[in-house]
Amino acid sequence: MSSLTQSGAAAPEATDAEAGHRRQKSLSRIGLVVAVIAVAGLIAAPFFVYPVFLMTVLCFALFATAFNLLLGYVGLLSFGHAAFFGGAAYFAAHAAKVWGFEPLSAILVGAVGAGVMGLAVGALAIRRQGIYFAMVTLALSQMIFFIFLQAPFTHGEDGIQGVPRGDLLGLVDLNRPLNIYYFVLAVFLFGFFAVWRIVHSPFGHVLQAIRENENRAISLGYRVERYKLAAFVMSATIAGLAGAMKAIVLQIATLTDVAWQMSGEVVLMTLLGGMGTIFGPSLGAAVVVTMQNYFATSDVPVTVIIGVVFVLCVLLFRRGIVGEAIRLMKR
Amino acid sequence: MTMLFGIPLPALLGQLLIGFINGSFYALLSLGLAVIFGLLRVINFAHGAQYMLGAFTAYLLLFYTGIGFWPALIIAPLIVAAISALIERTMLSRLYDLDHLYGLLFTFGLALIIEGTFRWYYGAAGQPYAGPALLSGGTNLGFMFLPNYRGFVVVASIVICLAVWLLIEKTRLGAYLRAATENPQLVQAFGVNVPLLLTLTYALGAGLAGLAGVLAAPIYQVSPLMGSNLIIIVFAVVVIGGMGSIGGAIVTGYVLGILEGLTKVFYPEASNIVVFVIMAIVLMLRPAGLFGKEI
Repeated sequence: MSSLTQSGAAAPEATDAEAGHRRQKSLSRIGLVVAVIAVAGLIAAPFFVYPVFLMTVLCFALFATAFNLLLGYVGLLSFGHAAFFGGAAYFAAHAAKVWGFEPLSAILVGAVGAGVMGLAVGALAIRRQGIYFAMVTLALSQMIFFIFLQAPFTHGEDGIQGVPRGDLLGLVDLNRPLNIYYFVLAVFLFGFFAVWRIVHSPFGHVLQAIRENENRAISLGYRVERYKLAAFVMSATIAGLAGAMKAIVLQIATLTDVAWQMSGEVVLMTLLGGMGTIFGPSLGAAVVVTMQNYFATSDVPVTVIIGVVFVLCVLLFRRGIVGEAIRLMKR
Repeated sequence: MTMLFGIPLPALLGQLLIGFINGSFYALLSLGLAVIFGLLRVINFAHGAQYMLGAFTAYLLLFYTGIGFWPALIIAPLIVAAISALIERTMLSRLYDLDHLYGLLFTFGLALIIEGTFRWYYGAAGQPYAGPALLSGGTNLGFMFLPNYRGFVVVASIVICLAVWLLIEKTRLGAYLRAATENPQLVQAFGVNVPLLLTLTYALGAGLAGLAGVLAAPIYQVSPLMGSNLIIIVFAVVVIGGMGSIGGAIVTGYVLGILEGLTKVFYPEASNIVVFVIMAIVLMLRPAGLFGKEI
């Protein structure tokens, strides 16, 4: 597993610990500056860019960030995260439309539902390692896809349409573009911060130790499978948060969000932005969603573009955008 | 009418046959996956796309050059194998020293490109492909009606699986292959051209997928997405069987096809997911798979 993320962000050279530490510090200072600028930019953005597009990007950015928690920091490639993203979208849409929940509680229903699914899928998947883990998650998510296809509440091919945005906590009307934008931004920042917090906690450091050398982590006395499962559930829950939010924003939940192609897209977003970096997945999500929007109106099929970017990333650009940037700065 | 477990016998046998045919394709595809994985340690996500490519090559050969089923059965797999060998040599071979997950991601991207391109040209709808005239019609077995072509597919897939198994277990080339699986450096030191062996292996696996595609063309329609729907089930089959043994992959393929067919009779709603449910149960009871060793 180690070669997967050796090139990642947080690995200082052991040769010169002192200088490495200093560099690490200046890097995290740069990170803070980037974060402040990004948040300021996101607050101002809806006045310049179409808000629905921005909100779609934010939903996918949170999805990719949640996915990266697993791939980038535990080294587990889940090829079935669409099940949590799209599943939560269905739960939230059903809660908002049929049960009449207000938006925040509908989103929570979605996230919790995704977490429960994550517990079931994760418990099975962590029994296998490496490449098998990817195949097991893919197969289980395909099973979930078929269940959603047949379950009456999802309305099959039609999906759940016309999901009401409603009034946040009964107070704020989310049908106004700016209101819902800032609500989405707040949820995104909450989820993003949660992932950042997890990664930088003692728990997160154990996860990274498992990524680097699972056997050593076991011999140090860590119950590796519990850490993996906990990380899996957290990742699934936050992916669910993103999916549930998307259902409220776009007012629709469909099979597209649970299909395996979606699982592939989130892998690409993370890989392109830089796996194992905090900002990478969000940036990757922004690039991929922009690309999809751009090519959707052209003659070139989007799937082919996605495939080409995938192949190029794997062959030539494995560190991703942010990963490359960090490497250049470290020089 | 004869009944068995409250089900009319012809219906039961009919679904059993469909299951056996599906199982033939599961076996052929998981065999190819296992051969490739055994030596290259790559999970070939493009396997479904190569299967589709085989079917489409047969279709295009017929459409543009009038070449029929029997020659296509040889030519199409060779074309698929040649294309795949080229891809292995120029791109995939650069990833062997990295984490195995990159091989999976690369072939995933490849599958998207191939399927996306064909979907762009031909749409998502299926194109009919006529089977060989020699095998049209059917045979009345007394208890059921067996279309000749389907019977041929079952026999052909068993013969192909046996041939590949013999190739790997009993020939000199197969011995090199198995040795290289155990210890590539040592085999290289003995003067065997291991990179060439890797290319041949990938071409063999991809060619098998292409062959399965040609066999499938007259039964299922030729459509750009025919492979991607199948490949995920085949992944589950491979997880159930464990990728340690070639024989295990073959047996698991047939057994799961038949189990799926039976599910269609007794509880049709679950027929889409039965393979995945079995996978979950196997993971709980025998995480390494039925025939597998943990790697």
